[in-house]
Amino acid sequence: MEKKKRSFSALICVAVLLLFVVFLENLSAIFPQVPQVFMPTSPLFTVLKKAAVYSLVAVSMNLLNGFTGLFSLGQAGFMLLGAYTYAILTVPTAMKDQVYYLFEGCAFDFSLVDMFGGIFGSEGAGGAFSMVLGCLVALILAGAVAGFFAYLIGIPVLRLKSDYLAIATLGFAEILRAIFQWQKLGKITNGANMIKGFPTFSSFNITNSSGVEVLRLSTFVPFLISSICITVIVLLINSSYGRAFKSIRDDEVAAEAMGVSLFKHKMLSFVISSFFAGVGGALFAMYVANAQAKAFTSVMTYEILLIVVIGGIGSVSGSVLATFLYVACSEWWLRFLDSEQYIGSFKVPLLRNGFRMVVFSVVIMIIVLFFSQGIMGNHEINLGALIDKITRRSKRSERKQ
Amino acid sequence: MASALHLENVTMQFGGVVSVNNLTLDVPEHKIIALIGPNGAGKTTAFNCITGVYRPTNGLIEFMGNPIVRSHPVGKEARTYKGNNADKYAGEPIISPTPDHITGLGIARTFQNIRLWKSMTVFENVLIAKHQRAKQNVFTATFRGNHAEEERMRKETMELLEEQGLDVYKDELAVSLPYGLQRRLEIARALATQPKLLLLDEPAAGMNPQETIELADFVRTIRDKYDLTVFLIEHHMDLVMNISDYIYVIDFGSEIAQGVPEEVQNNKRVIDAYLGTG
Repeated sequence: MEKKKRSFSALICVAVLLLFVVFLENLSAIFPQVPQVFMPTSPLFTVLKKAAVYSLVAVSMNLLNGFTGLFSLGQAGFMLLGAYTYAILTVPTAMKDQVYYLFEGCAFDFSLVDMFGGIFGSEGAGGAFSMVLGCLVALILAGAVAGFFAYLIGIPVLRLKSDYLAIATLGFAEILRAIFQWQKLGKITNGANMIKGFPTFSSFNITNSSGVEVLRLSTFVPFLISSICITVIVLLINSSYGRAFKSIRDDEVAAEAMGVSLFKHKMLSFVISSFFAGVGGALFAMYVANAQAKAFTSVMTYEILLIVVIGGIGSVSGSVLATFLYVACSEWWLRFLDSEQYIGSFKVPLLRNGFRMVVFSVVIMIIVLFFSQGIMGNHEINLGALIDKITRRSKRSERKQ
Repeated sequence: MASALHLENVTMQFGGVVSVNNLTLDVPEHKIIALIGPNGAGKTTAFNCITGVYRPTNGLIEFMGNPIVRSHPVGKEARTYKGNNADKYAGEPIISPTPDHITGLGIARTFQNIRLWKSMTVFENVLIAKHQRAKQNVFTATFRGNHAEEERMRKETMELLEEQGLDVYKDELAVSLPYGLQRRLEIARALATQPKLLLLDEPAAGMNPQETIELADFVRTIRDKYDLTVFLIEHHMDLVMNISDYIYVIDFGSEIAQGVPEEVQNNKRVIDAYLGTG
């Protein structure tokens, strides 16, 4: 069973990666003398968190654009739905009046975390458990709400093709953003103001009774959730339904003639993609520690589209790889371009606030112009094969000796 | 002899152009029936009406005795309709299924210009055709609860490929095959949907004489093996005369002749249609 072995080794690799993230995060606690980069405040962890969130959204977009051939630009809209669903459902009841002070309280006097807290106790281990459970249920509901709206929107919109579909979904996302900023819905969405006070990634750090952090998990949590979701998407892509999606991408007429129902499968792909975009949106809200409609503009969709294109349309591992590179470049590696730099006494010209974006745009243009297939094309990084190769090589060298 | 496919007064009008005009024909079970005609006669349009790609403007199509497509002109179509029998089906509800529904009933087709899935291997091309009849849903498929079903699909696909002599190419991209094999793969893919009726749209197009002769035997073999009825469009007269049990000839959308090969061969209207009236 070659295939089974490969998926097993891929699973091991993911587990090792997750353990490595935990290790990296707690490095400063074990060795207080580590370089600045490994300190909890370092941009490294900001990048890792954001990239973990974005990679899930990028993969969900790739499922739609790369594997089903539906050019949709509604991702930010579904993220917004997910973020708000998560935020509204998890803000503690005690915080509601404070968050919704402009609207004199929230219409939902209910919080999942408090509800589970009522069952399992809100102190100590019970409190931690009810927080995790509440967040988990809220994440799933965030996806479900996004998926449900995708279903409603999909009925009229999925009849459209290529550019028309893109325009319709983009319009939907913009309308949604406007609705969520509407003052009259303030009791639910807090109008144009942000919702905050809900559990974020740092809420998952384990502290002892005196409030000192024992084990940091704030980077591990987005990694864990993203990798579970991406694994599910990969399983779907490799299943019979994934093959049907690809057949629609390659040739709709032939797919339909061979018994693949276009409407059913397009809808399925759209709803599943939106579900994970919704989960991604909820994770994004956790990452920025607030939910505000203003953040989910079409620029965000383009950013994700760019990641998908850079990674390679039709490659999951490409999307993940591209996300980490993209986020690292935009948030960290190119930061030095934004401030004045000196080499010896020579002042490097042009460097000033905002120059980073110029360089970044040029880099992206070069990639899109000269590497139109993206980093991976439609290939995948085959971890199993890679391991096979390495073990075979080491065996060969053993034999030589 | 029971009829597998029966077309009655099928008319397809695009704007002011009548592509198929009042076509009535009958495809008896377990026979090989050909539909021939000069270029632009409306043969492929007739196929597209049968397989649900188009809703015919007017007419009735029955498969195994059950109506599968029924239509009459509505709205603007009714005002511009140029064909006959507009009132014949007007009282009855329109049935206009999608192509995948038709395939589900047991009608499979191939295409005039090969339409294989380009980014996929030979094996996957056939495997996808099995998707519709597999007992699974998206959850069992994703979380591998359909293991037995998936195994069965793979095994049957492999058997089909072996039988067509395509098993050696199974991991190659479908488009990298030579032309004749691509045609054969398209037929294999159609067979994978477990049809009762096979529609072949110019199966010999682009084949050399040797391949054409092989194709004739091949069509007969699969008909007997899978208990199929075959309805084909073809331009190679040698092939048509060789394998058809009965032939319908259309020109400008209307039927101009029908009969067994000998009758059609000597029919003056057919000769005129192909060679032009001198």
